[in-house]
Amino acid sequence: MIQVWNAVVNGQPVELGIDPRESLADVLRERLGLTSVKKGCEVGECGACTVLVDGTAVDSCIYLALWARGKQILTVEGLQEPDGALSPIQKAFVEEAAVQCGFCTPGIILSAVEIVGSGRTYTRDELRKLISGHLCRCTGYQNILNAVERAVHEAHKFVGGEETQE
Amino acid sequence: MFDLASIYEAKSVSAAIRALEDDPSAVVIAGGTDVLIKVREGRLAGRRLISIHGLAELEGIALTPAGDVEIGPLATFRQVAESPVIEKTVPVLGEAVDQAGGPQLRAQGTIGGNVCNGITSADSASTLLALDARLRVRGPRGEREIPMAEWYRGAGKVNLAPYELLVKIVIPRENYEGYFGHYIKYAARNAMDIATLGVSCMVKLSGDRTAVEDVSLAFGVAGPVPLRVYGAEAAVRGLPVAEAADQIGPAALEEVSPRTSWRATKEFRIQLVRELSGRALREAARKGGAVL
Ligand SMILES: Cc1cc2nc3c(=O)[nH]c(=O)nc-3n(C[C@H](O)[C@H](O)[C@H](O)COP(=O)(O)OP(=O)(O)OC[C@H]3O[C@@H](n4cnc5c(N)ncnc54)[C@H](O)[C@@H]3O)c2cc1C
Ligand code: FES
Ligand code: FES
Repeated sequence: MIQVWNAVVNGQPVELGIDPRESLADVLRERLGLTSVKKGCEVGECGACTVLVDGTAVDSCIYLALWARGKQILTVEGLQEPDGALSPIQKAFVEEAAVQCGFCTPGIILSAVEIVGSGRTYTRDELRKLISGHLCRCTGYQNILNAVERAVHEAHKFVGGEETQE
Repeated sequence: MFDLASIYEAKSVSAAIRALEDDPSAVVIAGGTDVLIKVREGRLAGRRLISIHGLAELEGIALTPAGDVEIGPLATFRQVAESPVIEKTVPVLGEAVDQAGGPQLRAQGTIGGNVCNGITSADSASTLLALDARLRVRGPRGEREIPMAEWYRGAGKVNLAPYELLVKIVIPRENYEGYFGHYIKYAARNAMDIATLGVSCMVKLSGDRTAVEDVSLAFGVAGPVPLRVYGAEAAVRGLPVAEAADQIGPAALEEVSPRTSWRATKEFRIQLVRELSGRALREAARKGGAVL
C-alpha cells in the first residue's frame, strides 16, 4: 500500500513512496536518513522527535506522515549554514554547555527555532513553559534554559529590537 | 510504523460519515494524540482509521452574529488558547486548555478529541460543562445538538451514535455573558501530566459585586466522567461571595464520587474538592471585580 508523498523537507522538495501507516518520524529517519529526529518514547511524552511542520513544533512520533503532505518540514539537518557552520541557536547550546548525551538536543533546538522565530522576548518562566514538552535526563535543564534565553536575546538584539532603541 | 489495517483520509465530513457506515469498527482520528497512543499500546492495534485531520469545515473559532461562540472540533488546544474570540468571550476555556500536556501536544491535540474521548480528566471538559456548551453532531440522518449535561454516558462513553461526528462546539451567548470563570488543574507536575483533579467555576455577580447571583461548578476526576454539582450551586446562589466560597466545597462533597487510582487516593481527591472549589469560586469572582 505504498502511496506517493511529497513535502518540502529542509528547504528541498521531496517526493517518495511511503506506507500511510508510517509516522512522520518514521519517514524522516528511515526513508530520508534524517537521524537527528530521535525516537525516545514514541507516545508523545518526551519531545525527542520534535520537528517543525509549517513552522510549528510537533511530536513527529504521533503525527501521521500523510498529514504532512505538501507542508514545510524542518529538522536540525536543515539548520546548517551552507558552509557547514552551526546556526546561532546551535552555537548558543554549545556556549551554554546545554548538551550532555545530546539525545534531547535536536528536539529542543527545534522548539527554540520556533520560539526565536516569533520575534518576541520572554521571561524565564515563559521559556520554561515553552520547552516543557521536552524531557532531558542529563542536564537538569538550567543550561538548556540559559541557551534558549541566550538565543532569544541574541536574535532580538540582531533584528534591532534593542540596539535601535539605544 | 503503526500497527493498523489501513487509513482512509476523508475529504469531507459526509465522506467520513459514509466511511463510518461502511465499516462501523473503524476509528475516527482527529489530532491522533489519544488514538495513536492506543494503537501503540495495542488497544486499537490492527484497526482501520478514518482521518478527519485538516478538514477545513471542522476548523476555526468564530462568533456568530447572535454572539454565540462556535468552535470547530479540529481547533487545537493551542488555537483555542490563542484565539482572540475565546479571550474576549470565555477566557477561562483558553486558560484551561493551555494547561494540557506541553506545547507540541497542544499544537496537535484537538478540543473535539478531548470531549469525544469521554475521559474524566480532559482539561476542556469541566469548563465546557460549567458553561453548558452544546455539542452539534452530524450523522447520516442529519444534525442534532446535545447539551454537555447529557453528553457523558459512562467512563469513555459519550452520547455519540454510531456514524456520528462532532461538527461544532457551541457556547450560547447567554451562558457566558456576564460570567467570569476560573479553572484549577491540580497535578503532580506543571506540564505533561494529567489532572489529579480539575475544577472549573463560572460566577455571575450581583450588581454591586458583593454576592453570587449565579454560579456553576464542574469537576474532572471527581467521578467516572466530568460532572456538575447542581445541589452545591443552588446552595450558595445569592450568598455573599466569601460565604459562598466557604460553603461550596463542603456542599459539593455530597455529589462527587472520586476513586483511588495510582495518582491519588479517594480521600485526597475529596480533600481537593473541598479546598479547590472555594478557591475557584473566589478567583472567578475576583476576575469579575469582587473585592475579597
Ligand atoms: C503526552 C500526552 C499528554 C496529554 N496530556 C493531556 C492533558 O494534560 N490534558 C488532557 O485533557 N488531555 C491530555 N492528553 C490527551 C489528548 O491529547 C487529548 O485528549 C486531546 O484532546 C485528544 O484530541 P485528538 O484530536 O488528538 O484526539 P484523537 O486521538 O484524534 O481522538 C480522540 C477520540 O475522539 C474521537 N474523535 C475525535 N474527533 C472527533 C469528532 N470530531 N467526532 C467524533 N469523534 C471524534 C476519536 O475517535 C477518538 O475516540 C495527552 C496526551 C498525550 C499523548
Ligand atoms: S519520541 Fe516522540 S515524544 Fe517521545
Ligand atoms: S542531554 Fe541527555 S537527554 Fe538531554
